[in-house]
Amino acid sequence: MTILLIALGAAVGAPLRYLTDRAVQSRHASPFPWGTLTVNVVGSLVLGALVAAPVGPAVSALLGTGFCGALTTYSTFGYETLRLARDGSRLLALVNALTSVAAGLGAATLGYAATRALVG
Amino acid sequence: MTEPTPRRVDPDVDLRVPADRGELRAHPAVVLGVIAAGGVLGALARAGVQAAFPHPRTGFGWATFGVNVSGCLLIGALMAVVTTGRVPPLTRPFLGVGVLGGYTTFSTYVVDVRQAAAAGAAGTALAYLAATLLGAVAAVWVGDAAARLLGRATGAREGETATGRPGADGARADGGPS
Repeated sequence: MTILLIALGAAVGAPLRYLTDRAVQSRHASPFPWGTLTVNVVGSLVLGALVAAPVGPAVSALLGTGFCGALTTYSTFGYETLRLARDGSRLLALVNALTSVAAGLGAATLGYAATRALVG
Repeated sequence: MTEPTPRRVDPDVDLRVPADRGELRAHPAVVLGVIAAGGVLGALARAGVQAAFPHPRTGFGWATFGVNVSGCLLIGALMAVVTTGRVPPLTRPFLGVGVLGGYTTFSTYVVDVRQAAAAGAAGTALAYLAATLLGAVAAVWVGDAAARLLGRATGAREGETATGRPGADGARADGGPS
């Protein structure tokens, strides 16, 4: 059952990452990877909120491991960071790495705090 | 000679690469379907590793660290092969966007860092944060270099008759399914 829920969440999360990445890029013609930053920050917000919520293992598997795990990505982020550094934009690579980690951590903390405030 | 294609930054989809721009409109169900299928496989592999190597809240998340760094090694190697243009069209959406995107995770990474810090293990949180970041970028580099080295060795063995066409990122096989 858990496996099915993880699969279901991932089957939605992965294509949603691709579609979001496309949508963000079509609005920001820039080499800075805004699309990946967007999915990683949104997924971190949702997972941060989820871990503070009184939910069972089924919801965790579906939304946490499956959906958030597949929506966010480290491979794309890592590749982009190296690519930027190699293409001569070392500053942009550093900004991407620091912004992604800071914004992701901030989003996860915000999600966690919001759920705590709501649940009490 | 065709116009030079801009070098991709985003391995998932880079709209400056013409083939990436057109792939969704050409075959939306197929592209999204293989991404979903790959994402399921990657996520299940990640869940398996995480279940096999659990860690306490204040501990170093070795499972997710291993998943993210190995996923980065593989995307480096995969994209080195994809950018040669000598792979089937759905290779990047299935293996790169789907499997490796679903396998690696950014959300678990930052949530684990936050939890370790909140539980009083700031040192572990910082070490995990930095080790994953540096390990990931280094792994992409190693994967890319290893694949290129292997490709060059194979190409040399295939001999002078081979019609290698390196560097044409997104020129043909990197595009939509045909």
